[in-house]
Amino acid sequence: MTLLAVDNLTVTLNTVRGPARAVRNLSFELEKGQTLGIVGESGCGKSLTALAIMGLLPENGWADGTVKLAGENLLTYSEDQMCQVRGNRIGMVFQEPMTSLNPLHTVGRQIAEAMRLHRGVNKAEARTEVLRLLDMVGIPEPTKRINSYPHQLSGGQRQRVMIAMALSCGPELLIADEPTTALDVTIQKQILDLIRNLIEDLGMAMILISHNLGVIYQNVQDVIVMYGGARVESGPTHDVFANLSHPYSQGLFEAVPQIDDTKASRRRLRTIPGTVPELADLPAGCTFQDRCDYVTDACRPTQPPVVQIAAGHNVACLHVDAARKQWAAR
Amino acid sequence: MEGQPSIWRRCLAHRSFVAGGSLTGVLVLTALVSLVWTPWNPIKQNLRERLVAPSWEHLLGTDQFGRDIFSIIMAGAQNSITVGVVSVSIGMTFGVALGLWASAKRGWTEELIMRASDFMYAFPAILLAIMLVATLGQGAINAIVAIGIFSIPVFARLTRGAANAIWAREFILAARAAGKGKLRITVEHVLPNIVSVLVVQITIQFALAILAEAALSFLGLGAQPPTPSWGRMLDETRSMIFINPWLAVYPGVAIAISVLGLNLLGDGLRDVIDPRLARKR
Amino acid sequence: MSVFLAKRFVTFIATLLGATVLTFLALEILPGDPASVILGIDAPQSAVDALRDRLGLDRPILERYFDWLEDIVTLRFGVSYTYSTPVLELVRARLAITFPLAILAMLLSAFVAFGLGVFAASRHNRPGDVTVMGISQLGISVPNFWLALLLILLFAVQLRWFSSGGFPGWHNGVWPAFKALILPAIALATVQGAILARFTRSAVLETMREDYVRTARAKGLSRRATLWRHVLRNAMIPVITIMGLQFANLLAGTIVVEEVFAMPGLGRLILQAISNRDVIVVRDVVLMLAAFVVFINFVVDVLYAVIDPRLKPHDV
Ligand SMILES: Nc1ncnc2c1ncn2[C@@H]1O[C@H](COP(=O)(O)OP(=O)(O)O)[C@@H](O)[C@H]1O
Ligand SMILES: [Mg+2]
Repeated sequence: MTLLAVDNLTVTLNTVRGPARAVRNLSFELEKGQTLGIVGESGCGKSLTALAIMGLLPENGWADGTVKLAGENLLTYSEDQMCQVRGNRIGMVFQEPMTSLNPLHTVGRQIAEAMRLHRGVNKAEARTEVLRLLDMVGIPEPTKRINSYPHQLSGGQRQRVMIAMALSCGPELLIADEPTTALDVTIQKQILDLIRNLIEDLGMAMILISHNLGVIYQNVQDVIVMYGGARVESGPTHDVFANLSHPYSQGLFEAVPQIDDTKASRRRLRTIPGTVPELADLPAGCTFQDRCDYVTDACRPTQPPVVQIAAGHNVACLHVDAARKQWAAR
Repeated sequence: MEGQPSIWRRCLAHRSFVAGGSLTGVLVLTALVSLVWTPWNPIKQNLRERLVAPSWEHLLGTDQFGRDIFSIIMAGAQNSITVGVVSVSIGMTFGVALGLWASAKRGWTEELIMRASDFMYAFPAILLAIMLVATLGQGAINAIVAIGIFSIPVFARLTRGAANAIWAREFILAARAAGKGKLRITVEHVLPNIVSVLVVQITIQFALAILAEAALSFLGLGAQPPTPSWGRMLDETRSMIFINPWLAVYPGVAIAISVLGLNLLGDGLRDVIDPRLARKR
Repeated sequence: MSVFLAKRFVTFIATLLGATVLTFLALEILPGDPASVILGIDAPQSAVDALRDRLGLDRPILERYFDWLEDIVTLRFGVSYTYSTPVLELVRARLAITFPLAILAMLLSAFVAFGLGVFAASRHNRPGDVTVMGISQLGISVPNFWLALLLILLFAVQLRWFSSGGFPGWHNGVWPAFKALILPAIALATVQGAILARFTRSAVLETMREDYVRTARAKGLSRRATLWRHVLRNAMIPVITIMGLQFANLLAGTIVVEEVFAMPGLGRLILQAISNRDVIVVRDVVLMLAAFVVFINFVVDVLYAVIDPRLKPHDV
């Protein structure tokens, strides 16, 4: 059964240089219990996609299209209705555990807050639940930690607290926006394993956002590669990684150093030339045109059509055949 | 200088800047004009024309000594501007020097200077002026000096903060690597880079100086007769407010407009000079 | 006690001592010794010498400083030359006017400023915000003593709701005394409140951009609940700092405003002392006022520790 159906989602931001589209005609579906990764360089619109689903876009932005949760379009919801959804049916974990917790409240109070709001539990019940959640996310000595303030916890522990908070009301969907980007490499893996295991145990769906291909590869069933606010490639994770087909996805992969890559010694680490253009400078047509090796005049006037190259594996590129051939011959 | 015209255009597009700039312009112009011309002699008393109502002859009427109020107000602008210029110069000269010194030296010099300026915050201008006046006697000079001293710690803190940020930048490192001394780096690199911050603070301190001087003159601790001064005008008309309330209104409006103009100008300058700050606010 | 508070307490004491040194030196360094200042330039040398003797000015400077310090610690303070009474006697009744006035003005300005600042921030860039900011811009520009005059004109002369000045004393009941403090407090609180309101607004706006505020919204808290539970307390931390720093100006303002309302407070005492050239009284009262400012700033530091768990004892 479809849990989340995003159709033609476009996020527009009012910037000093006029309105700019930060997310363009994005569509995807998420089944109950399914996990989806969104990957792309920073600034490509991943966070804004997540915030659009949560109804928490910045003041200067708005969303068009539809975001259907269990068949109901969230974009038509009133602010009050959205408050019923946030933290209750959709939980969210943010990137910065250091700043995402209120420094003046105990972690216990912050975890209990959503339950007190949505479940109407009393203080004692909330406390029991918080202790259970702290234990569940692997924080030692929950009875002690429940009274701690954020500054008394390490970065990893704070992110565990964030996860406990997001899961406290048993949401159907978890959105994790770069949950490990700000953490040490060793802790990153622990946190990702924790999230993956909890999702599986609780049967929740998840959208995992990352700029790191490795993180996506190891943790989700399906993947969307985004560039300049648009989806450039998507499909089942294994298929996509086995057959990277969009020039941008390929470039992204080449830019990652890989220890277990047998060709590593021979492979030159490449970076994608140029940088992500500013929002207002994004061209009409394919957003990647200015950095792409395969670009032709045909890429410029309109967004390229989506081509299905295998079951569920879609690529938005006019020159997908050339790109695939080159990639295979590499 | 490609940035120059755009800065001007941004200034002219900024409402606070234009409003504040115009009001301040009026203040300065009034003071300048009053140097050579006022409708009547602001000092000369004319006891036959006391408390005359506003008319074409006396735009704002006359006070209890028969002096033309409009003329006194005009001449009072001189006093306010003098106080502002002198006291801000005192505060800025010493404050900026101390701040730059603290920032260049760091260590306990910085600590000492900053603690001392924290400490000075406990003594607002009026208390200092009272101490000075109590020992040196009443007078405009003492009031101005006291107000100037009061703004030293303000400039010192601001300068030190801004200068520390500059010292941390790469081009300073380059200059040090080139073997330039601290004094030279301070003069050549640090000072030019904090001027914009200082300009904003100057307008604010100017406004505060006008307010403080008015208060001191009102208490009889500032400008002495017959120097025309808005603060003293308010003091002199105090006994008249039951008979002619308007006498108490004009000088206050003059002070408020001057201060408002300078504050708006400061706000505008801050936004125009540093758009980053503007967005943060 | 936490290390933070202990440090702050040491600073508090050190600042107080610094204030005594400064006020003491001000009299010493400035030209003319106290005796000749008190008696004026024209006084015969014999009279000056006699007064020098009486004030003990021939003793070494350190000895006199420590004597004075002892007088302060025992709360006796110096002896007024004009009144020949200990300064403590002189200030006792006057403190009962100036301190309540200052505190009342501070509370008033804080309440109004928090209300307006938060209101403006929650309506960022909308008409309500623009209006509040415009009014506060005016409030900052108005001299408090002029506002005091206008208040007298309106409420005492025109409407006759309040008397135009004076102070009935606390012994005649709390209400009349309180009533006499209202107009002066409003005059003082307006400027302070205007500054504080602007500051509160920007502190709240700044805090609303914090990541933890987004977290709170992601939990399903409404804008209003987020503002109350997560924004306000965090925004208060910078706001009370400014309140402490502003207190010095507020207290200086009481001197002027007391003069306008003809209230026999410390301000009046100090102004009289100046015209009497009674430098001893000036010195001691200035010190008292400075000490009050320093004390309020210490209270602000304690408030920090109450608000912010990062400064609490278990942290050290
Ligand atoms: N409030 C905002 N105002 C203007 N531009 C914004 C705002 N928030 C994000 N952007 C821009 O939108 C683009 C996408 O941002 P985001 O979704 O945060 O990217 P990411 O993929 O790194 O999460 C970026 O270019 C960013 O600069
Ligand atoms: Mg992001």
